[in-house]
Amino acid sequence: MSDQFQGIEPMVYQSQINVPYSWWAGDTATRFFVTLRDEKKITATKCGDCGKVLLPPRKICPRCFTENMEWVNVSDEGTLLTFAVARRPFAAIPADKKVPVIWGLIQLDGADTALLHYLDGVRPEEVSIGMRVRAVYAEARKGTIRDISHFKPVK
Amino acid sequence: MAKRVAIVGTGQTFHKSHRPDVNGQELIHEAVARALSDADLKLKDIDAIVIGNMDHFEGINYVDCWSVDGSGGTMKPIIKLTTGGTTGCTVAIGGYHLVASGMFDRVLIIGWEKNSESDTTGAITTAFDPIWDRLVFAGAISGLAAEAQAYMARYGATDRDGARVSVRDRKHAMNNPHAQLRKEVSLEEVLASPMLADPIHLLDVCPRSDGACAVIMASEEVAEKICPTPDWIWGTAARHSYSYLGDADYGRLTSMREGSQELWKKAGIKEPRKELDVIEMYQPYSFGGLIWIEDMGLVGPGEAPRYIWDGNTDMGGELPINPSGGVISCNPIGATGLIRCAEAAMQVMGKAEGRQVPDVNFAFSSGFGGCWWTDMILHGKKKPA
Amino acid sequence: MDRAAIIGVGMTKIEKRKIRQTFADMAWEAVNKALTDAGMTMDDIDNVVTTSSDFWDGRTISCMAVGDASGAAHKNISCVEGDGTYGAFYGMTRALSGSYRTTLVTGHTKGSESVSSLITNAAFDPIYERSLGMDMITACAMQARSYMHRTKTTSEQLALVSVKNHGNALKNPLAQLPLNLTVSDVLASEMVADPLHKLDCSPVSDGCAAVIIAHESVAAKFRQKPVWVRGVSFCADSFFFGDRDLSRAGSLAQAAKKAYAMAGIHDPKKEIDVAEVSDAFTYQELLWLEEMGLADDAAAGKQLERGDFNLDGPLPVNASGGLLSGHPVIAAGLYSMAAVVRQIRGDAGGFQVKKAKTGLVQGVNGLGGQSHCVWILDKDK
Ligand SMILES: [Zn+2]
Repeated sequence: MSDQFQGIEPMVYQSQINVPYSWWAGDTATRFFVTLRDEKKITATKCGDCGKVLLPPRKICPRCFTENMEWVNVSDEGTLLTFAVARRPFAAIPADKKVPVIWGLIQLDGADTALLHYLDGVRPEEVSIGMRVRAVYAEARKGTIRDISHFKPVK
Repeated sequence: MAKRVAIVGTGQTFHKSHRPDVNGQELIHEAVARALSDADLKLKDIDAIVIGNMDHFEGINYVDCWSVDGSGGTMKPIIKLTTGGTTGCTVAIGGYHLVASGMFDRVLIIGWEKNSESDTTGAITTAFDPIWDRLVFAGAISGLAAEAQAYMARYGATDRDGARVSVRDRKHAMNNPHAQLRKEVSLEEVLASPMLADPIHLLDVCPRSDGACAVIMASEEVAEKICPTPDWIWGTAARHSYSYLGDADYGRLTSMREGSQELWKKAGIKEPRKELDVIEMYQPYSFGGLIWIEDMGLVGPGEAPRYIWDGNTDMGGELPINPSGGVISCNPIGATGLIRCAEAAMQVMGKAEGRQVPDVNFAFSSGFGGCWWTDMILHGKKKPA
Repeated sequence: MDRAAIIGVGMTKIEKRKIRQTFADMAWEAVNKALTDAGMTMDDIDNVVTTSSDFWDGRTISCMAVGDASGAAHKNISCVEGDGTYGAFYGMTRALSGSYRTTLVTGHTKGSESVSSLITNAAFDPIYERSLGMDMITACAMQARSYMHRTKTTSEQLALVSVKNHGNALKNPLAQLPLNLTVSDVLASEMVADPLHKLDCSPVSDGCAAVIIAHESVAAKFRQKPVWVRGVSFCADSFFFGDRDLSRAGSLAQAAKKAYAMAGIHDPKKEIDVAEVSDAFTYQELLWLEEMGLADDAAAGKQLERGDFNLDGPLPVNASGGLLSGHPVIAAGLYSMAAVVRQIRGDAGGFQVKKAKTGLVQGVNGLGGQSHCVWILDKDK
C-alpha cells in the first residue's frame, strides 16, 4: 500500500473555541472589588463559626459549609509563602507582562489564607520565601484583581 | 453483593434567566444546602460527590476541582461526569453506581449551569465534528427542527400538535415555584410566536437558565433511616450512539427506544403506559414530547398527538408528563437532567407539593442531549427485588 | 463488597504528534489492543466509560468523538472528565453495581492540537485569578519552590528523577521520550519557570489507553490472569492555592490512607512492590511518594540518590518511564495503571521489575495536585 502522506502535509482544520464569556462575580466578590477599586483597601470575609479570615473572600466557609461571614479589612502588607518565575513567554501571560514574570502566594497580615498575585519591582534572584511584601495599587482601577498592580518588597 | 440505592433528599435553586448575585460556586451551594436540609444530613455525612456541567458554557476547566467551595468537596472524593445535555441524568446514574457498588453509602450528586455566562449557541456548535460537521451546523435548534420535520412528514403531525405539548408544560409550570417561566400560553400564542426554525416557534422551545440541582443517594442500609419513604432506583440506562450528523434516524429517537426497552425489561414492566404513574422527561422542545413518548413505547408510532390532545398527559390525566413544567419552562442544561430526576423522586416521595401526582408507584426521568442521546432512570416507591 | 479485577490493557504508542490518527482512530487502536490482550471480543463488553476533556479536545461534549470507536453503540456508556484513574474508578463501580459485569474504560488526549498554557490557565478561578496569566507549569513551579523550601530538596535531586525516568523509558517501546541523560543535562536545559527546567517537565503528548475491568464472577473467564483491585480511593483538597499548604498534598495523604485501609496494607513501604505515580514534573514524584508514605517525609530526594526508586531498587517508581517520558494528560492515569498491571502479570518486557505482587497507581486532577486517585493492585485476590 502506498503512503498517502508521501510528500504532502496532512489536512489540518484550524479552529479555536472563541466563546465570549462574562463571569458574574456575585455579591461577595463584587463587594471586594468595589472596595478595592474605590478605597484601595483589601477586604476579606471572616467565618463566624471557625473564625478563619478568608482571602479571596468567600460567601460560604468551605470547611464549616455555612454562610456566616462578616467583612474585615486585612493589611496590604504580608509575607511571601512561595513564588514562581516564568522565563518563557507562556501563552496565558497577559500581553502587558514581559518575562521574567513573577507570581507570589502572599499571606496578608490579618488573613488566614493567601492570595495569588504578581511580584514586581524586584529581580527574580532577590526574591525569597518569607520576605515581606506590600500591595501596589493600579493607577486606573476597573474593579478586577488587577486593581492591585503587584506586590513589591518592603524595604 | 450490589446494593439497592434510594434517593433520600433533593434540592434546587429558584432557576432564573440570570443570577448576577452569585458566582458558580455560590449557585451550587444553594442547591447543595437545600438537599442536605431536605435529607436532614450534614456535609460530614456525605461520602463522595459527583458533579457535572458543560465546560464551554462556563469556560472553567476541571470544574470538580474548582467547585469545592460550593459543592463541599474539600477533602472528599469528588468526580466529574459530563456527557452534554444528558449530563444531569448522567451524574444521577453515576451516583447510583457509586452507591450500588458498595464503595459509598451516601453520595451527593450535583448538576449546574450558568448559561448566562456564555454564548450558548457558540459553545454548542463546538460539539460537532470539527472537520465534517462544525462548519455547516449552528447550535441545537437546527438538529431539533430536522427531527420535527422528519416526524411530521412521516406521520402527518402538525405544528398544532407540537404547540399542544408546549401549552401543557407551560401550564404545569404554574404549580412549580422553582420554574423560570411561569406564564400560561394558548395554542394560538405558541403558533403566533416567532418562527425559529420551521416548524419550531419560540414558544416551542426551552429558555436559557442559571440554576443548580443536588440529589442525595443512599445505600439500602441507611436510606430508610434518613428518609422513611425514599425513592428507590429500579434501573438506569443510557444510549450515546452516533458520531456524525448524518448517522441519526431523524424522526425517531433510537436512544430512547433502546434504553427504555432495556429499562422495562430490567424492571419487569410490560405496559409502560399503564404501569408508570408520572414522567419527567428532558424535552427541550415541544415536538420531542410527541416523538419520544412513542419511542418509549407509551403509544404506537404516530399516535402521540391523539394521546396528548385527549389530555392523558395533563395533570389529572392517565399519565401526567412534566408536572414541574419541564424543560420548556427552565433549562440550566447541566442541571436539567438532574432536575428531572429530583422531580421524579419528589413525586415518589410525596414531596412534590402543588405539582404532586397522587399515588405514584413508578416514575420515569430522562436526560437528552449530545446528538440524540438519552439517559434514563426508573424510580419506584417499593424497594426493588 | 464484591471484588473487581483488571483483565485487559491496550495502549497506543505515546507520540509528540499523531498526525495520522483522529481521536476516534486512537481509541479504536487502544480498544482493540485491550480486547486482544484480554482475549475478548466487543460482545463480551457490557458497558463503556470514556475519559476525556472538552478543554483539551477543543470540543463541547468531547466524548462524542470516541464513543462509537470505543464500541459503545447500542451499549450503556458514560464519560468521566479528568484523569484516567477517575474514569477507571467509575468503570469499576459500574462493574460492581449489579448492572454490568465488564467495563471498558478509555482515555485519550492529543496535547499537540491545543495550547496547554491556555487550557490550564482556564482551570484558574475566572474572577480572582485567571487574568494573572498563570498556567499548569507556573503553578507547579510555585509548588516545587514551596516543596523544595520545606524539605531542602535540591535541583540536583529533582533532575535525578528526570534522569531515572527518561532512562527507564529506554526499555519501554511505547514511551515518547526515551533519553540517556545526566543530572547536568537536566540542569543545563532551558529554565522555563524557576525552579523547573525543561527536562523537569513532561512533554506535550498524544495517546490513548484502554483498560477492561471485570466483576469477580467473570474475571477469570478470559485470557489473562486477573489483576485484582485491592484498594482504591480519591480525594480533593481546597481549590485556592492560598487555602492549602502547597508544599504538601493533604488530599493525597488521605486518599492513600483510605486505599491502604481498604487493601489491608499496614506498612506501604514494605508491602508495595512497584509504583507508577504522576510525575508530570520531577518534584511531584518525590512529593507524592512522601505524602503516600512510600518515602520518608522530606527524604525522598535522598532515597532517590540512594537508588531506592530505581528499576532494580527496593521500590521501583515509574519503571515505564512515567509521564516525564510521555504525558497524554487525560489518558495518563490509564497508562500508569496499564504499566502496573503488566508488572504484576510479569509481562512488562524490558522494564519488568523483579518482584511485583502488589502495585500502586496514582493519578492527579487539577492544579498542583488538588485531587488524587490512588489504586492498590495485586496478583492475589
Ligand atoms: Zn468556617
